[in-house]
Amino acid sequence: MKLATLFSGGKDSTYATYLAKKQGHEIACLISIIPENKDSYMFHTPSINQTETQAKHMNMPIIQQKTKGKKEEEIQDLEKAIQKAKKEYSIQGIITGAVESVYQATRIQKICHKLQLECFNPLWQKNQLHLLEELIKNKFEIIIIGIAAYPLEKNWLGKKIDKSFIKEVETLQKKYGFNPAGEGGEYETFVTNCPLFKTPISIEQYKDTGKEHSWRRTLHTK
Amino acid sequence: MILIISTCKEKLHEKEFVEPIETILKDSGKKHFTRHYTNIKKGDLQNAKKIIITGTSLQDNEYLNNLETFSYLRGKETLLKQTPILGICAGMQILTLVEYLGQEVGNLNVKANFANIQKKQLEIGYFKEEFKQEFLGLQGKQEVYHLHQNTFKIPKNYETYTLSKTPQAIKHTEKPWYATLFHPEVRNKELIQTFAELT
Repeated sequence: MKLATLFSGGKDSTYATYLAKKQGHEIACLISIIPENKDSYMFHTPSINQTETQAKHMNMPIIQQKTKGKKEEEIQDLEKAIQKAKKEYSIQGIITGAVESVYQATRIQKICHKLQLECFNPLWQKNQLHLLEELIKNKFEIIIIGIAAYPLEKNWLGKKIDKSFIKEVETLQKKYGFNPAGEGGEYETFVTNCPLFKTPISIEQYKDTGKEHSWRRTLHTK
Repeated sequence: MILIISTCKEKLHEKEFVEPIETILKDSGKKHFTRHYTNIKKGDLQNAKKIIITGTSLQDNEYLNNLETFSYLRGKETLLKQTPILGICAGMQILTLVEYLGQEVGNLNVKANFANIQKKQLEIGYFKEEFKQEFLGLQGKQEVYHLHQNTFKIPKNYETYTLSKTPQAIKHTEKPWYATLFHPEVRNKELIQTFAELT
């Protein structure tokens, strides 16, 4: 099928894209929603502007739709973007990287139903530690670019997802009920390389902003 | 062994509708194997101590065009009348339709018969359902996850276990066949675990 991914640049939407392509689906385009509100209810925000760079490295077209990021209004902007993908790329379905968020999944399912599109959520209900292990096994290179949970601190920015990271989040899960894949907003990620990329992304510079247990890293990439 | 029957037209959907069930069974220490509904061999049915028929995506109705592949469920003399079966969403539709259509299930033109037993009912997301009696470990008010756009009338030899206008959990009055319209693999994993433990 011809599909479009709701793409944030993070590990989950990138991995979902990889799984769909591996099963023979055509990724006609990526769709990124760029919220003006950095605390958007639906959309992953740190370095979302870098999705264009990632799309270039994947040789895939991208539709970038701006939104004010107001609750529920941003859903209408998402619907517009999906309609655009349907019109311009004749997509038959949408891929998401949703793991456990029924809030996100429900809203996207409703849009897909309205537009008569298939909705694929290949990471749905996946064990989150297993998900992290699969990412490493499939040679995904991922860094942390945002944190918003106790006891995480600024030194998490730039951390790579590797075996020691998995051990660390597993400990945090046991101690604090931390969501290991970060789907509760505990942390946000950026994929710098994976089997979908022609070449790895290099980070030219970055800027860190925040305080206490809430930090984000804005990237400039090539 | 527990046989999981996938109703998914697209293999990619099995990651969403089949793998979570496989994970629940694996974590419960229950041996299982999975077959696509178009690829069930007689030996598979004979080896199955229990069967789970999965759900599939909202847009996928392909299984309704292939109901004859579920002929082994029909009639009073089915091989499986003592085998516990759990139908989830599409699985519930299959169990109820096979009951309604009986010997006609092998008739490729039966789709025309759906109109008087099918109803449009779009429900997506978390809903609170109330169970009037215990159903595979669930009782009282429970939050469940819906993802369906149709329901079918419940045959008279199925008992309804929820108070909602649209039956969400049913059981055959004579066979150990259960069905849910909601997806327990999302919010009510204990239901699948209880089913797997049935003796």
